Amino acid sequence: MLYEAVRLALQAIMRNMFRSFLTVLGIVIGVAAVIAMVTVGQGSTDQVEADVATLGTNLLMIRPGQPSQGPGSGVGGTAASLTLKDVDAIEEQIASVAVATPSNSRSMTVIFGNINSSTTVTGTDTRFLTARDWPLSSGRSFYESELRTGSSACILGSTVRAKLFGNSDPLGVSIRLKQISCRVIGVLEAKGASSFGTDQDDIVLIPIRAFQRRIAGNQDVSMIYASIRTGISTDKAKADIERLMRERRRIGPFEEDDFNVFDMKQISSMLTGITSVLTGLLSAVAAVSLLVGGIGIMNIMLVSVTERTREIGIRLAVGATEGQVLLQFLVESIVLSLIGGLIGIVLGLGLGLLGSRLLSIPFAPNPSLVLAAFAFSALVGIVFGFFPARRAARMDPIEALRHQ
Amino acid sequence: MTGESTFGKVAGPGALPSPDGAPLISLRGVTKIYGTGDAEVRALRGIDLDINGGEFVAIMGPSGSGKSTAMNILGFLDKPTGGSYAFGGAEVDHLGRDQLALLRRNFLGFVFQGYNLLARTSALDNVELPLIYQGMARTERRRLALDALAKVGLKGREDHDPSQLSGGQQQRVAIARAIVTNPDVILADEPTGNLDTARSHEIMDLLTDLNRKDGITILMVTHEPDMADYADRLIHFLDGRIEADTIPDKAVPHAL
Ligand SMILES: Nc1ncnc2c1ncn2[C@@H]1O[C@H](COP(=O)(O)OP(=O)(O)O)[C@@H](O)[C@H]1O
Ligand SMILES: [Mg+2]
Repeated sequence: MLYEAVRLALQAIMRNMFRSFLTVLGIVIGVAAVIAMVTVGQGSTDQVEADVATLGTNLLMIRPGQPSQGPGSGVGGTAASLTLKDVDAIEEQIASVAVATPSNSRSMTVIFGNINSSTTVTGTDTRFLTARDWPLSSGRSFYESELRTGSSACILGSTVRAKLFGNSDPLGVSIRLKQISCRVIGVLEAKGASSFGTDQDDIVLIPIRAFQRRIAGNQDVSMIYASIRTGISTDKAKADIERLMRERRRIGPFEEDDFNVFDMKQISSMLTGITSVLTGLLSAVAAVSLLVGGIGIMNIMLVSVTERTREIGIRLAVGATEGQVLLQFLVESIVLSLIGGLIGIVLGLGLGLLGSRLLSIPFAPNPSLVLAAFAFSALVGIVFGFFPARRAARMDPIEALRHQ
Repeated sequence: MTGESTFGKVAGPGALPSPDGAPLISLRGVTKIYGTGDAEVRALRGIDLDINGGEFVAIMGPSGSGKSTAMNILGFLDKPTGGSYAFGGAEVDHLGRDQLALLRRNFLGFVFQGYNLLARTSALDNVELPLIYQGMARTERRRLALDALAKVGLKGREDHDPSQLSGGQQQRVAIARAIVTNPDVILADEPTGNLDTARSHEIMDLLTDLNRKDGITILMVTHEPDMADYADRLIHFLDGRIEADTIPDKAVPHAL
């Protein structure tokens, strides 16, 4: 009986191919939207997590500014800047911190011969390589003397190296950053992965004092990286740093912090939070579209039941029970919305693939979501098909037979 | 589908429980009133009628006299307003919709003036329809439907759909559909109303055959005395009442 009902349903749907297509459009769009959104959302979450992993989970970032501001917000307007003394204090006075290093960054054009390339110039010191767990592939790190005097030595990220030098050896060669000329002393290993949408290997490291004096023109340190000793919790290290910094910055017991300590997990959860809010929002839109799709199915099923009144009369006359007629029309609306769901799933996965290619994030299709979409379309078919099917089942056989 | 066993088919025609030789069909004081108040139409005003298994009954009467109303009630498609109906000796007045559907499915076959075949559906599929609702397996269904179509002379037309068949052929498909379940009674409301004389006689021969050879009880409404002549009992309706119930003189064989 069920087999017959499915066969009949497919027959009825095929007879009105175009109308059926229009009917399921709402379901198609709803399902496709959900699948595409969640696929892209999951992909970007995966990306963020991968990014965090490349930065290292045992890393803390300290910046001046109100705690309520995110790590992406600029240096707090009123808050005093950090200093090189802060860096040393954090490293020396806090037992839970292994290494601390300053990091001032600015986007600049780097020039070699007739090639210029825009890159990120970061003023830091040798400890940067330890904190970021980032070995050199060739050359050496800064000498103490270079750091002290802020002389013009620089270490290239692999992207910059490739852009400026291709396959030739950059060591000992001078490049120019703005009007400063500096000698290449080392090359960083490639991190490979991009981080938060930027290429981490697109970087030039110079001594922090050189950055302060010749690029920034002040003594500020805009960010400090602190790596936590293994076996010590992030929260403990954070609390230690906060206590020290409050002391150093003379913040009264009832005053708020004027600096931030972020850990990478916090950053990742903030970013994935944004992603999930967006996904949720768009999924709500998709849910409305599914609802509209369901109403569309109900509408067309009602039309179909009316059009086929005579057929229903014939079926009742030859002995169909209410349940059998109900089943037939219910199966028809379920099949209809399942077809819509299937098309939507295929379309949604296609759009998700396209979207993740465009955003260069991993394609992350979710099998349980696909199953859920399938089940949900069936549910839409049942819920919105029930009323029309019941109307068919409850018809009076004589009136139905008399219907023209 | 509760009640399936209650009304499940036990054996062929004539095997119905019929205590004390009670008639197959028995109406007592059956009335039918459509509408209420000013719009009230008293379609049946008290019908008493007994029909035995194996009879071939023709029902005649002017238009609006209640013939179709009576047929619908006899065929479990409608319920009377008053009176009682016993089928095979059993009261059916208090049965629900689904139980009536089971009675139709297992004991009755319908033939309508307008054929009432499913459009865009092959003759074979049309004939299989009642068997689907009986839950019969596909191969068995197919076999019985092919047999029924052969019996009404439509061998080779199984794949035609109604639009590819003449009126007479369509009515044969309808008859095949009516007999495929091996019913006790065929109810035919003006089965030849849309057919020319030659085709009408063919259909009547077919019905007569089913009555004589298979023992199927036939109740047929007709306007044409020629067609009524095939029956062995003639009932006249007038204003919702039975005006006459006669056994015509069958001494003169019907001239073809
Ligand atoms: N569904 C209905 N609603 C109201 N009146 C009806 C309905 N069906 C039949 N009637 C009326 O009942 C009477 C008997 O109709 P019917 O049984 O169809 O007569 P016949 O078949 O003998 O021509 C007629 O007056 C008809 O108008
Ligand atoms: Mg009539």
